[in-house]
Amino acid sequence: MEFRLSDKSLLPALIALLLLGSCLSLAVGAMTIGWGDVLAGLMHWSWPSILDQDVPEQYALVLGEIRLPRLLLGLIVGGILGVCGAVMQGMFRNPLAEPGIIGVSSGAAVGAGIVLVFGAVLGAWLGTHSEKLQWLLLPAFASTGAIFATWLVYVLGDRGRSVVMMLLAGVAISALAGAALGMFAYVATDTALRDMTMWQLGSLSGATWTSVLVAGLIFATSAGFLWSRANDLNALLLGESEARHLGVDVNGLKRQIIVLNGVAVGAAVSVSGIIGFIGLVVPHIVRLLRGPDHRYLIPYSGLLGGLLLTVADTIARSVFAPAEMPVGILTALLGAPFFLFLLWQQRRQIF
Amino acid sequence: MLLEISDLSIQYPRAISPLLENISLSFACGEVTALLGPNGCGKTSLLRAISGELDYAGHIHLFGRTQADWYRTQQDHRALARRYGLLAQHSNLNFAFTSREVVQLGLGPGSLSRVEQGERVEHFMQRADVWHLRDRLFPSLSGGEKQRVQLARVLSQLSLAEPGEEKILLLDEPTSALDLKHQHQVLALVCEVAGENTAVIAVLHDLNLAARYADRMVMLGQGRVQADGAPAALLQPDLVEQVYGYRGQLVNVSGHSALL
Repeated sequence: MEFRLSDKSLLPALIALLLLGSCLSLAVGAMTIGWGDVLAGLMHWSWPSILDQDVPEQYALVLGEIRLPRLLLGLIVGGILGVCGAVMQGMFRNPLAEPGIIGVSSGAAVGAGIVLVFGAVLGAWLGTHSEKLQWLLLPAFASTGAIFATWLVYVLGDRGRSVVMMLLAGVAISALAGAALGMFAYVATDTALRDMTMWQLGSLSGATWTSVLVAGLIFATSAGFLWSRANDLNALLLGESEARHLGVDVNGLKRQIIVLNGVAVGAAVSVSGIIGFIGLVVPHIVRLLRGPDHRYLIPYSGLLGGLLLTVADTIARSVFAPAEMPVGILTALLGAPFFLFLLWQQRRQIF
Repeated sequence: MLLEISDLSIQYPRAISPLLENISLSFACGEVTALLGPNGCGKTSLLRAISGELDYAGHIHLFGRTQADWYRTQQDHRALARRYGLLAQHSNLNFAFTSREVVQLGLGPGSLSRVEQGERVEHFMQRADVWHLRDRLFPSLSGGEKQRVQLARVLSQLSLAEPGEEKILLLDEPTSALDLKHQHQVLALVCEVAGENTAVIAVLHDLNLAARYADRMVMLGQGRVQADGAPAALLQPDLVEQVYGYRGQLVNVSGHSALL
């Protein structure tokens, strides 16, 4: 019998780990805050008169304005990457597809780069509304870039039939995106340049309540829609013509996946930059624990992605405290060898 | 007629001459038809055109309606799916589903209860002789085992048809990866299925197997239908030499004809 965990054991375990990871992420950092003070500080921040107890003002500020939005953003971005990785692997019918590897994140980064660099020009034209528009323009452009990149890789990769072409198309798109971003760097202002460097390395340090709200809404809608197509995605794993014979509107499904994935990855990249390999590692672990059925794979990948990114971010910002390492470096450090391992495992199927 | 093909031509881009030219065929319920012919004669292309994956000139009617008409709305598409199945020659499923889960995919999310689903899956896995493989991972099975699991999946899909609804089953070389025993077992099963309100169209390579199990044989060659009729009439050395360019010898063993 194939090893599979039941929902009764997996779901509570994952939620417990998520809570534990969240508490840890709130308590640990440049300023270590005790467990009791975390709770008190959060309560004080959200509703100052609720407690008589005296809580240092800076605890409340650090927790409420810095760590809590960052924690939530980590859960959201990790969730997006986990879900999108799972769904893309389903569409490409191959466990090697991942937003970072096949160039989708790079496409999104170019979109975001356009807004960052040319935002000043755009701002002068739009006048005073530019500040308010930036948080809308950034995800919109990033999503457009991501959608275009996904579509390109899918068409070049012979619609999921050629893994080699898919990976090579990803290499080409990443190279092209790298060149575009490099070109942007030459014309960028100092502030824009700093933002762009962060984009390319991937970091959650820019978390604000606005970014949490925007990314959270996009995550909830796109992941919900994708989850509702779980049965059709399962059928698609059998092959396109097989899925069509099972009554799935294959072209409609693929269009929906490319757009929703692009929007979600675009949102993730516009708030945190390119964080690689979460979308590769997470669905793989979930498949080992719970099997490849998308009805379970999608929600569990969302939860595990959030957990993994939060833990990675906590580590990345505390090992060299008070300096912090962009979390994208850490995920690449751990994820790239894992990618090589998967490649090695699949070598016979690829060539 | 469940399936009617009229004036069908298939030409691949950049090909000098069409692969198939002005073919007209129709298929009746309850009949097993074997599509035969030399390599590259267009058997699989014909099957792909029928299943709507290949562009063609001409007309294909499924259950009296044009093919494009069936795919116009999602509701019709789903209605077609439960009475129209295809078993492809190869399956490349890279993910670790168990055989039982693969067969279950044929039933889809549908209206069946969990218990009913389980019963149907077991029923068709038993009939395709793969019930003992139910907990094995699909990617770890041999080619022939995969083919039989996929057959069970397609049969479970067609079991969703309303009682009395007629069905079409397309098989692309269903016996190509099978051992001797399972070749006969699978074709006998296919004949049984044809008896359950189904028109079966199978691409086959083995003339003798086709002659033994099919009700009708269609030989393709040089872009046209070379012969169409009962197996006994088609299993003739002259005709086979004309289509395949190989002269065999007809032998008769206890009532079965075979071409050696």
